[in-house]
Parts: sequence; C-alpha cells; structure tokens
Amino acid sequence: MAKQIRIALRNCGVIDPERIEDYIARDGYMALATVLTELTPEAVIEILKKSGLRGRGGGGFPAGLKWEITRKVQADQKYVVCNADEGDPGAFMDRSILEGDPHSVLEAMTINGYCTGASKGLIYIRAEYPLAVERLKTAMAQSREMGLLGENILGTGFNFDIDIRYGAGAFVCGEETALIHSMEGLRGEPTVKPPFPSVEGYLKKPTNVNNVETFANVPVILNKGWEWFASIGTERSKGTKVFALAGKINNVGLVEVPMGTTLREVIFEIGGGIQHGREFKAAQTGGPSGGCLTKKHLDTPIDYDNLIAAGSMMGSGGLIVMDEDDCMVAIAKFYLEFTVEESCGKCSPCRIGNKRLHEILGKITQGNGTMEDIDKLRNLGTVIKDTSLCGLGQSSPNPVLSTLDNFYDEYMEHVKDKKCRSKVCKSLMQYLIIADKCIGCTLCARNCPVNAISGERKQAHFIDQEKCIKCGACMEKCKFNAIIIN
Amino acid sequence: MNMVKLIIDGKTAEVPENTTLLKAAKTVGIDIPTLCYFELKDMNIENRPGGCRVCVVEVKGRRNLAPACNTMVAEGMEVYTHNIRVLNARRTVLELILSDHPAECLTCAKSGSCELQSMAQQLGVREIPYQGEQSKYRKDTSPAIIRDVDKCIMCRRCEMMCNDVQTVGALSAVNRGFMAVVAPAFEMNLEKSPCTYCGQCVSVCPTGALTEVDHSRNVINALADPTKTVVVQTAPAVRAALGEEFGLAPGTLVTGKMVAALRRLGFDYVFDTDFAADLTIMEEGTELLDRLTRYLKGDKDVKLPILTSCCPGWVNFFEHNFPEMRDIPSTAKSPQQMFGPIAKEYFGKKLGIDRKNMIVVSIMPCLAKKYECQRDEFKVDGDPDVNYSLSTRELAHLIKASNIDFNSLPADDFDNPLGESTGASVIFGTTGGVIEAACRTAYELYTKKKLEKVDFKELRGLENVRHATIDFDGLPINIGIAHGLGNARKLLEDIRDGKSHFHAIEIMACPGGCIGGGGQPYHHGDSEIIKLRASALYREDAGKPIRKSHENPFIQELYREFLGKPCGELSHHLLHTHYFDKSAGVFVEE
Ligand SMILES: Cc1cc2nc3c(=O)[nH]c(=O)nc-3n(C[C@H](O)[C@H](O)[C@H](O)COP(=O)(O)O)c2cc1C
Ligand code: SF4
Ligand code: SF4
Ligand code: SF4
Ligand code: SF4
Ligand code: SF4
Ligand code: SF4
Ligand code: FES
Repeated sequence: MAKQIRIALRNCGVIDPERIEDYIARDGYMALATVLTELTPEAVIEILKKSGLRGRGGGGFPAGLKWEITRKVQADQKYVVCNADEGDPGAFMDRSILEGDPHSVLEAMTINGYCTGASKGLIYIRAEYPLAVERLKTAMAQSREMGLLGENILGTGFNFDIDIRYGAGAFVCGEETALIHSMEGLRGEPTVKPPFPSVEGYLKKPTNVNNVETFANVPVILNKGWEWFASIGTERSKGTKVFALAGKINNVGLVEVPMGTTLREVIFEIGGGIQHGREFKAAQTGGPSGGCLTKKHLDTPIDYDNLIAAGSMMGSGGLIVMDEDDCMVAIAKFYLEFTVEESCGKCSPCRIGNKRLHEILGKITQGNGTMEDIDKLRNLGTVIKDTSLCGLGQSSPNPVLSTLDNFYDEYMEHVKDKKCRSKVCKSLMQYLIIADKCIGCTLCARNCPVNAISGERKQAHFIDQEKCIKCGACMEKCKFNAIIIN
Repeated sequence: MNMVKLIIDGKTAEVPENTTLLKAAKTVGIDIPTLCYFELKDMNIENRPGGCRVCVVEVKGRRNLAPACNTMVAEGMEVYTHNIRVLNARRTVLELILSDHPAECLTCAKSGSCELQSMAQQLGVREIPYQGEQSKYRKDTSPAIIRDVDKCIMCRRCEMMCNDVQTVGALSAVNRGFMAVVAPAFEMNLEKSPCTYCGQCVSVCPTGALTEVDHSRNVINALADPTKTVVVQTAPAVRAALGEEFGLAPGTLVTGKMVAALRRLGFDYVFDTDFAADLTIMEEGTELLDRLTRYLKGDKDVKLPILTSCCPGWVNFFEHNFPEMRDIPSTAKSPQQMFGPIAKEYFGKKLGIDRKNMIVVSIMPCLAKKYECQRDEFKVDGDPDVNYSLSTRELAHLIKASNIDFNSLPADDFDNPLGESTGASVIFGTTGGVIEAACRTAYELYTKKKLEKVDFKELRGLENVRHATIDFDGLPINIGIAHGLGNARKLLEDIRDGKSHFHAIEIMACPGGCIGGGGQPYHHGDSEIIKLRASALYREDAGKPIRKSHENPFIQELYREFLGKPCGELSHHLLHTHYFDKSAGVFVEE
C-alpha cells in the first residue's frame, strides 16, 4: 500500500497557523537558529545540494545550486523571492501551505537570505488568496515580535525582512522573469534567460526565486539532515511531491507522496480509484501545458525525468484524471484554450501558433478536420515547443502532442469517421429516431426548439440533421427510448 | 578581452566573450535572418526582445532552439544555422507571422522597403498553410503618423525607440496573447498621447504598421491647379539621403538632381530651406547674443542656457514634458516655418501673388514638420504658412510616379532669392550643425572680428551628449549638444536642477539629427548610412563659397528690403513664436 509522507504539508491541519508557538513547538525556527549560530552559508548550501531538493514550481532546478549561484554573484543588494502565484487552474498546494503553515516559508526565506547575502524578501502572491495573505501578515508580525524577522535576528546581527507583493492575475506572471517585471511595475511578460534572476533579477539585482513548496521543505531538511531527505524518492528526484488530484477520481484533494510513487498507486490506492467504477483513460499532469499519460504509464514511477520522458511534466503538481467519457481531442482543445488565453503575446510561435493549434483542434472537433490538419498539429506543436521564448510556449503544445501520440485513433475517428466515441464533440453527434420504437406521440416534435422534427401523429418521426442543434431535448422527453445518439 | 572559439555550420569562429551568436556568425560569413532585432551601432540603440523567433538556431546539447540574437557564444559551442530542424522552424514561424498579417503588399506604403516582405521573399514562402483568424485593430491617423497595426508583428522596435531612446513613452505593448499589439496607453489615438511626431518609431518599424501621413496627393492637385503658384523648399538633410531611394550610394549628394526633379514635377519656384536656416541663425544667433550680453552684465531676468528651437519634435517634447521651462528655448521658428511667411508675405507680395493663391510645399526629412505646419499659430486666417510637408520618401515616390529618371537628370540650380544659402545652413541637417552655424555668426557679431577657422570640429560627432567650450576671443562659451530626446531630457533635467553650466544647447529630436529623421529613406539599422549622410553635408559645406549665414547676400537684402533688423519688430511678428503647456494632455499611468 502506497503511503503518503508529509514533509511540505507536515504542519498543515496540525497546527494553528495563527500561533507561532504552535509552529515553534514542532521544531519551528530551530533550523534558522542552528543556521545563524552554527553554520556558514556555504555549509547550509552544501546540505541542500546533498539533499537533492529540486524546485517544486515546475522547472525542477536543484535548489542548493540556485542558492549557490545567487550567493556567488557580487552585488550591493540581493533579493529573495517566494513565488506564490500558483496560476495553474486546480492547483492549491501553495495556498494550503501558506494558509496552514506560513512560518515554514518565512523561516526558509530568512535562511535563504543568510545564505545568498540578501536582506530583503518578497512574497509574490495571487491577490485571490486573501486568507493566505492574512495568515502571512499575522505570521510576519509574530516573528518580528519574537526577533525572528527584521533587524538583528536572534541577536546574531543578521538583518532580513519580508514584504508582500500582489500578483497581476496572469498565469504567465508565475514565470520568474515575468514575475520580476510585474513586481517592477512593468508589463508582466518574460524576458530571455540568461540572464537568470539569480544573476540579474529584481531591479537588476541578484534574486533567488523559489516556489512556496520548495521553501517549505527547507527547514525540515536542515533539522533532519540531508541523508534523511535523500533517502526518500528516486535517483534524481528526492523527497516528496504534493499533488492536487482532480477530475474523475474518488478522493479529490491534496496528497503528498514520495517521488517515485507510481501513477497507479496515486490514482487507485491513494486516490481511491475512478469515480463510479469507470475505466481509467488518461491522467493529465503538470497543469494546462502538461501532457496526458495513459494506461501504459500507470506503473511508471513519477519523478521529474520520467514525466518529461513520457511527454508530460511535473509542473506544479496538478493531476487530473479522465475516464472513458472524456474525449481526448476535446481535452487537448480545452487546454489550448487556456494557453491561448494566457499567452502574453510576446513571441510569435506562442502568440499565433497556439491560436492556430486551437483553431485546428476546433475544426477537428467540428468534424471538418483533414489528415493535413493532423500533420499541421504535429509540425506546429513541435515548432512552438522548439522556438517559444518562455516555458509557457515551450510546453503549451504538450496536451496536443501527447494525445496525438497516445490517442491517435481518437483523432482518426474524428477526422476520418467523423465520430466522437465519448460523445463529447456535439457537432459529430447525430440524434436519430429509431422508427421501430417511435409510436408517433409527437412529444419530441413539440419540444424541439428549432422545429427539426417532423412526422404525422402515430407515425414514426424524423429529425432533420441540418436543422438539429443537438440540444438533446427530444431524447430527454421521449418516453419510449426511441431516440439515440449516433 | 577573452576570446571564445566556437563552430558555426562547421566553420570555426573566434570572437570576444559576450558576443551574440548572430554577430559571431557574421564573422564567418553567415547571415542569420532577423526581424525584431535592431541595432544602430555606435549610437547606443539596440532592440533585442527575442520575440519574433525567426533567428533561431540549433545549439548542440540544448533542448530547444536558441534565438541567435539573444544567445551568447560559449567555448566549444556547436551551432547549426540551416539544418532541416532550423529551416523548418524558421519557415513555420514566418508562416505563422504571415498568417496573422493582411496580405496587402500591392497597396501598402511600406511595400518595397518592408522587412517582412523581403523575409518572405528570402525564405521563398509561396503559400501560408496556417490560415485562421487575424487580429484586427482600429486604424489611427494622427497629424503625421498612421498606425495600421493589423500589420504590426510585435517586434517592439517602436516601443524601444519611443521609450528607451526618446523617453517619450507614447507606445507600449497592450493586450495579451493573440490580441497583443503595440499602441498608446488604453489604445487611445496617438494624437491624444504625448507623441512628439519625431517619427523615429516609423523609421524603425519593419512593416507598414507605422507610416507617415501621405500628402503627395494634395501636392499633385496643387501643381495641377493653374490658379496656384506652387513654391517648394527643401531641407538640408534631404539632399544627402534622397539618392538612396534611387539606388545611389549612401552619402551621395544629389542637390542638383533634386532641384531638377522638383522643377520637372512642375513647381513654379524651387527654393531652399537652407535659406531659411541662414535666417534662423540670424534670429537665433542675435537672440543668443542678446541674452548672453545681458546675462554677463548681471541681468537677473535673463536665463541661460538658450536652447535651439529649430526642431519641432523637440518643441513638442518640451511642451509636453517640461512646460514650466518653455521660456528657455529660443523663440525663433524652425527654418520650415520661417520660410513660409517669407515666401507668402515677402516673396509673394513682391510678385503680387495673394497668399491664398500661393501654395508652399516643404520637402523634409521629418514627420514632426507635418504636424508643425498644421499648428494654428502658423496660419493666417486659416491659411497655413506652409501648406504641405512631404517626407524625403514621399518625394522619391512622387518622382518615380512622374516617370522621371532621377539618375540621368542634369544638375540644376535653386531659384533666387530664397534659394541662396551658405555652408552654415547646410550642416543644419546633422547633429551639432545648428550650433556650429550659430557659432560662426555669433562669433563675428560678438567679437566684431573675422572668424578664420570656420570648422568647429569639436562640435561634430555622434556621441549622445557632447559638450565643448568655444573661445569667443577670450570669452569661453560652453556649448552642449544632444540628439535623441532621451539625451535631451538629461540636459533639461540638469538645467531644472540648476546643474547646467552651458550657455547654449542644441537639441535635435532624432538620433543623428535630421539626417536620421523620421521621414528619411529607411536605414534598416545601418548606422554607417547615417554617418555617410553627415559627412556628405560637411562636404557640401566645405565646398560652399560662403560659409557664414550673415554673409548670405540675399539674407542681407531681405533685412534691408523688408525685415529691418534681426529680432526687430517684423521679425518678431513673422519669424518668432511662443510655446504652449501641453502637459495636461499627457497621460500619466498611476
Ligand atoms: C508559464 C509559467 C508559469 C509558472 N508559474 C509558476 C507558479 O505559479 N509558481 C511557481 O512557483 N513557479 C511557476 N513557474 C516556474 C517559475 O518560473 C520558476 O521556475 C520557479 O518559481 C522557481 O522556483 P523553484 O525552483 O523553487 O521551482 C512558472 C513557469 C512558467 C513558464
Ligand atoms: S512563450 Fe508565450 S507566454 Fe512565453 S513569452 Fe512567448 S508569448 Fe509570452
Ligand atoms: S436534439 Fe434538440 S434540436 Fe435536435 S431534434 Fe432533438 S430537440 Fe430538436
Ligand atoms: S507590411 Fe510588408 S508584408 Fe505587410 S502588406 Fe505591407 S509590404 Fe506587405
Ligand atoms: S513619433 Fe516619436 S514620440 Fe511619437 S510615438 Fe513615434 S517614437 Fe514616440
Ligand atoms: S508597430 Fe512596427 S515597430 Fe512597432 S512593434 Fe509593430 S511592427 Fe514593430
Ligand atoms: S531632428 Fe530633424 S527630422 Fe528629427 S524631428 Fe527634429 S527637425 Fe525633424
Ligand atoms: S531576431 Fe532574434 S528573436 Fe527576433
């Protein structure tokens, strides 16, 4: 039986997030005290590097290495930024941590400031998270009060303070360079890396950007030792990952599992299987620009590298489960709609390419797709990934490319047979009256909003497909099950 | 400097570190196509948003393709600029751009000089496979510039010019995703923005998204109207650039051919704005000397430095941004606007032509002049002193449309009296030229001595902000020069903060001065072209028999016959102006 291990979520639901005493009672601020009094920045960074902690915001960049790079850049001022933009629809692990355990993030940011040489921290948080903001403010006031934040922390002479900045509400503002520009009051759009924020970030100063969950892991690692942390997970992905389970799964919500847990364990053991005992069809990981995994991936251990190899990604940890009622072409279109909406428009492949992908998928779901369109999807998808400026465009075609790879027959059915097996693509559906079953009660005809049904009383009725808008009213009304969907 | 060795398409390149792949490739004869990238070398102007993605190349070991314009070389790098993966990606990206672009080349003002069009040519695009919805926007016509942003490819060059170089901030990216475009804030009309009409955005836009308002139709109609006497004036910078439109090497002076062409077009009198530039020196120079002498005498009411006012882009800039300092610039009108009343009130009256029947056309390197000639204070009973202002580019089109074989034209001379000019006025067209011309005259008027060495080399060059001290026979005169409005802003802020030690400052809105004006033939980011135009003007100056404005015999005659004395009453009425506070119209983001 697969187990959950709570590291990032260790205090969530356990402590009163508005009482710093509760946090301290569970070893809170112990790591900070040790670090400030006993360890050099280099030593802390070394521990983090050995722990194998990688960024939980999506990219999976080794956290210790990032801290080290930021440390090594010479500058009169440096910044620590906590990325709490959490724009993935359906994801709420960062919110949960900030609401349930705000001090863990504050403590980690302060440790980061000590290691990198920054005296200022900024939390960039979605304005839609008022409770998290409140809890953060309370926590910051408490830790300042107790000398754990602000001037001369714990009497060691180390100064570090934190401010809150509110997100601009765009998904792409979670991308670190866009986030920084947004904080600078500029248009929230990414810039080419390098220079990485660690070298040139907020106000052109070295800026260490980490995700909420990444930070939340840090104090525990320092308390329990890197050996402990590194013993959890796979070869190249250590520790745990929080996933937000959603979709056609019985237990929706947050789970925290060791890296390397299989999809099967997450969905069927922890997640309680598919709703209504239906058959599992696919799981989308990595948020709107992740890929769709299938049955053949059920036993793949989930970690950064395996997910990328499977055409998807870890992203922030969204995990949406689909069953046989989901049309994979429509799913791909749904996600593309999101990226078209959220593209910042700076680079041409993402600005125009995703729009075209979406249009072509629309054409296919409406039954007007051709084989040429399939080729176009593949080429466009590949080129958009290959040429886009930031991570959004570099991953946005994943839903299309992965469904093309794993559910090619469904595309073929849409294109060649003009059929949607999941009966999702309305344009491909036909409402038909089975003459044998129809007794000519006229109920359907009277309920059709567009008068598409004709027929004499007591005679079999007929639906004019040209007129039918596929509302389904007739089928609902028919008492004799004479109407079917083809 | 550390050198880095890398291999590009099998060729070994050795370049200094921090060189882009784009530039490294150039050193081994590989020309990677670009669209958004833009640079004016030696002028500190660079646009590198990495947005168009047509410059992508493959770097061995890297997951995705790299933008050559934005990727720095590294030791041992292996780069492929035209393998199948790169070629396919580049073509697909271009096809995508074209799929969101109106196919209007046949009627587009930019056709022939459009970088998107030539890129499609270069890559051999014959069809656009990715058809779909196109982004549509409202067309916006201002007094000088048309924004047809359906044709915008989001290269952001205009934004860089307007914000970083000019510090005007009239243009920025608005909207997101597919509808993202560069526009004034809230997509309001350019006319409602703090735009100065310097036209620098137009001069760098690779497509037809930004073009000048074309007045050539009005000019053709005027020329065809037998009741009208049509007089034309040509600005100094035009003669140094017009030839480029006819395939002549940059820096070729085509003064004579230009005059001949204008005559063939049917202008009744072909005059020279240079004449008016000499007049400007008389007025501005006198004003400078007046302020200077009063200042030296301790007159507390006199403010120094005096700023030149011959550039209407600059005038718009300070009216919007520094209205509280609008008493510092000289009140002298620009040469274009000095020419107007002299043509209509002096020359016209002399010939007995009513001003209503005289049409004054100007040929300018400039788009701000289009706006300037529409200003109310430059009209008499609704009749503008200068009726139409055409850009160098519009003149070239007019010549081509009139079946004139420009290159075979024999040189011709300007008409008199308003066609005679000195070397001093010719250099008005380049940064530093106005102040050099002013020094030549002011020196002699102030010291009452003959100036032997007329070349003030210390005032020449392309550095952003220059300063020099000129010896007025024992009196050191501190001169400042700025071209580009961002540089001007620095000097203005210094004055405001009381940190300026200059007596006189020359300001030109366009980088390089009028030779780099918004109405000039497109230089496509080649700063050598701008330099060659400057040296052409200095060449013309050096070859002129008279090189000081006050020695122009027709200027002397004008004062004798008509104006009286510089800065006299009639001069004030006809040749000087006043400025407005336009800051209220400026939109400031909270
Ligand atoms: C389109 C896009 C959106 C992103 N959104 C987020 C986000 O909401 N939260 C986050 O932590 N990282 C986000 N990232 C990743 C950040 O750019 C950055 O890599 C991360 O904050 C670094 O922290 P980490 O190393 O701790 O993961 C996003 C990246 C992209 C390309
Ligand atoms: S990939 Fe998309 S979101 Fe990223 S910079 Fe390009 S247009 Fe903007
Ligand atoms: S599905 Fe709706 S529109 Fe179509 S026939 Fe039935 S009632 Fe009429
Ligand atoms: S902008 Fe260029 S490509 Fe577009 S219509 Fe004009 S000439 Fe053609
Ligand atoms: S004309 Fe000059 S000021 Fe106006 S938008 Fe263009 S660059 Fe900016
Ligand atoms: S208007 Fe022209 S210069 Fe400006 S972004 Fe668009 S294409 Fe580029
Ligand atoms: S520098 Fe010359 S071309 Fe540019 S705005 Fe001024 S007058 Fe016009
Ligand atoms: S030229 Fe390099 S991205 Fe546009």
